[in-house]
Amino acid sequence: MQNNVLEYLENIVGRVPDKTAYADEREGASFSEVYDKSRSIGTFLQQKGHYKEPIVVFMGKHPSAIITFYGVIYSGCFYVPIDEEMPRHRIELIFKSLNPKAVICDNETINTINEFDYKGKVYLYDEAIKTVCDDHALSLIRDRQIDTDPIYIVFTSGSTGIPKGVVACHRSVIDYIENMSEVLRISEDTVFGNQTPLYVDACLKELYPTLKYGATTYIIPKSLFMFPLKLVEFLNEKKINTICWVVSALTMISAFGTFEKTVPEYLHTIAFGSEVFPIKQFNLWRKYLPNARFINLYGPTECTGMSCYYEVDRDFELDEAIPIGRPFRNTDIILLNEDNKQAKQGETGEICIRGTSLTLGYYRNPEKTNEVFVQNPLNDSYPELIYRTGDLGRYNERGELIFVSRKDNQIKHMGHRIELGEIEVVANMHPMIKTACCVFDDIKKKIILYYVGDIAKAEVAAFLKQKLPRYMVPNMIENLDSMPLTANGKINRVLLKEMYEGKL
Amino acid sequence: MEQVLEILQGLHPEIDFETCNTLIDDKIIDSFDIVTLISDLSEEFDVTIPVEEIIPENFNSAKAIYALIERLLEDE
Repeated sequence: MQNNVLEYLENIVGRVPDKTAYADEREGASFSEVYDKSRSIGTFLQQKGHYKEPIVVFMGKHPSAIITFYGVIYSGCFYVPIDEEMPRHRIELIFKSLNPKAVICDNETINTINEFDYKGKVYLYDEAIKTVCDDHALSLIRDRQIDTDPIYIVFTSGSTGIPKGVVACHRSVIDYIENMSEVLRISEDTVFGNQTPLYVDACLKELYPTLKYGATTYIIPKSLFMFPLKLVEFLNEKKINTICWVVSALTMISAFGTFEKTVPEYLHTIAFGSEVFPIKQFNLWRKYLPNARFINLYGPTECTGMSCYYEVDRDFELDEAIPIGRPFRNTDIILLNEDNKQAKQGETGEICIRGTSLTLGYYRNPEKTNEVFVQNPLNDSYPELIYRTGDLGRYNERGELIFVSRKDNQIKHMGHRIELGEIEVVANMHPMIKTACCVFDDIKKKIILYYVGDIAKAEVAAFLKQKLPRYMVPNMIENLDSMPLTANGKINRVLLKEMYEGKL
Repeated sequence: MEQVLEILQGLHPEIDFETCNTLIDDKIIDSFDIVTLISDLSEEFDVTIPVEEIIPENFNSAKAIYALIERLLEDE
């Protein structure tokens, strides 16, 4: 039985060694290159004495970063992807929570790593790949590895202002990849066009199936997601047939009337998720790609990637939501009502997930882990963990799962999961800001920050951009003389939202 | 021109849009802004920006954006 994700690579390299595995607009890497270089990096880290510890991968979005991920796994360590575009403050918070002993950089990021308050080792990718592979050392590491050993940590927004590191293991990734690939019908002929960043779990959908099936993944340059004609041109040039994108990337194409000029010719599988797809835009996609399969995916980072899917099989009214459908094989969904009992037919309950795809929890954060990775309240006979998503759902008359809303102030924006509380904590860090509160416009997809303080909006914007990832920076900032409060002294979010809506 | 500057300032209040001519090259305007920007411009000037005009050259500066809008208004 397979118990290590690297077995995908080891199996495929014998079958299609010269085929391109990963490529961007500049360079490509064949499966044998991925294999050789990742084993060199694994050997390099082993020789430097790293084992069973987080290794930060601070590199640009290129095939070399993916190779480094696998190299880290070869050494028995787990990779933590950090993006060159992440703001300094967030990277420092991540460093603080990890206390890593080593960071791997490329020729560009090596120039910025010195700016951080980080005292550990810094390695250069170009150096690491020169290491002569030590097969014996790597096989000793492999012999001792089990499938519940971690392979990566990705960070997700935390309401207290501190991002939480989700730790995933071989077993959860294998379970997820196998069952998702079956639904998407991935094969050797699959050509992926990757949109999502390498520092979120969303990219697993392309990275690992590429290894399992000998498919090819093209990393699409980020700048193309502003220029729809160029983007479609790229898809056609690379003969991309499968995409797993955030909804905003898909609607960017359809909303600008791109399809009247050009259509992605090879696309046959379009997976999307983590946000509501406006039906008007969705219908444009279906109209121009009538033979393509459209699959809605749903799932939290804490359960490795996606947990549920719905393949669109009918038309939707403009005010309808596309269901999230049903769980992947070997995953179970339980809807729990407020009494921690199973929700009745049609009743709304919290979506809770059961299965091998549950990750190990949050890194060095037992408190937060124990809040959401809990004993299944329906089972008092033996230990059984479920993950409480904080999402509310219900089943429709067709028996399909429907996403209803969040229990708290978490939002989905441009495909990213954001705690409004984290933005507020950061805004409140500015000495001139007395109080701050965020609201989210679901329709226009805008984050609005209200603040009280003697400071110009421009300065607040500049401050937030230094501290927050781009996708968390408010789209609109408003200065208030005083913050509206509720009877018991809390910020009145409902009133703020009403104020905002009145302004429109 | 004033209206263009105002729309841009709404997106990034800390940037001097009168002088900056590398909005795209320096990633000041990115994929997070483009949809809002185009819908705000279309609304403000009551024009449709055709997809073939959504290219980097037309969005690198406030001046370039304004020139695009003027051109579209003339064509109507």
